[in-house]
Amino acid sequence: MKLLHLVATTVTGLLLIMGSLDLAETGDPAAPAATHVSPRYIESSLEETGVENMVTAVLADYRGFDTLGEVTVIFTGAIAVLLILRTGLKEDEE
Amino acid sequence: MTLPPEQPPDVIIKVVCRSLVPFIQLFGLYVVMHGHSSPGGGFQGGVILAASFVLLVLAEDRATLRHHIPPAALNASTSAGVLLFAGLGVVCLALGANYLDYGPLPFAEPRSIGMLVIEIGVGITVMAAMLSIFRDLLEF
Repeated sequence: MKLLHLVATTVTGLLLIMGSLDLAETGDPAAPAATHVSPRYIESSLEETGVENMVTAVLADYRGFDTLGEVTVIFTGAIAVLLILRTGLKEDEE
Repeated sequence: MTLPPEQPPDVIIKVVCRSLVPFIQLFGLYVVMHGHSSPGGGFQGGVILAASFVLLVLAEDRATLRHHIPPAALNASTSAGVLLFAGLGVVCLALGANYLDYGPLPFAEPRSIGMLVIEIGVGITVMAAMLSIFRDLLEF
């Protein structure tokens, strides 16, 4: 069974390494990820949003829904900590 | 779990921290308010604001936090920030645009103001969440 695990891990690792060889170089302007929506953000985010900061224009306007999710994650985290710690307190008192 | 006995805070630490806190809070507000025109935003500004209160509590004692920020206000503002964010989206919907499409808001620069409002919402939630976790860990 251990041999099977070893083979599975090695094969998966090799596949991942093979896949990573074809990844675009960091910052390559001709990479597919950089030719799709990035030019639109760079060229027209100031006219479309009226905000000088391109990062904020993407975060808060183009992808506002994503940021709403991020805030909800933080909110949920706080609620979870609150529930766990305050429940512990009550048990200690009893 | 019993807490260790509290040492009386040193007067030098108290005075230095007390005089630093307003400047840290002013900087935190600046980071939140200028998030749409310079590096920064709600997440970073909220954490700076929370850190100022943490510094205050570390320099003073545990009763300080309870005195300055009642737990009920902390709980309410954790939710209020998310509500402000999501509520602005609903306002956009009501004005006839898509969810979180700030175009039809009744301001001179609707998108800029819309982003500012959601950054403030993010800031409130992040600050209250950090402080709420910090407070719960102190009380634990």
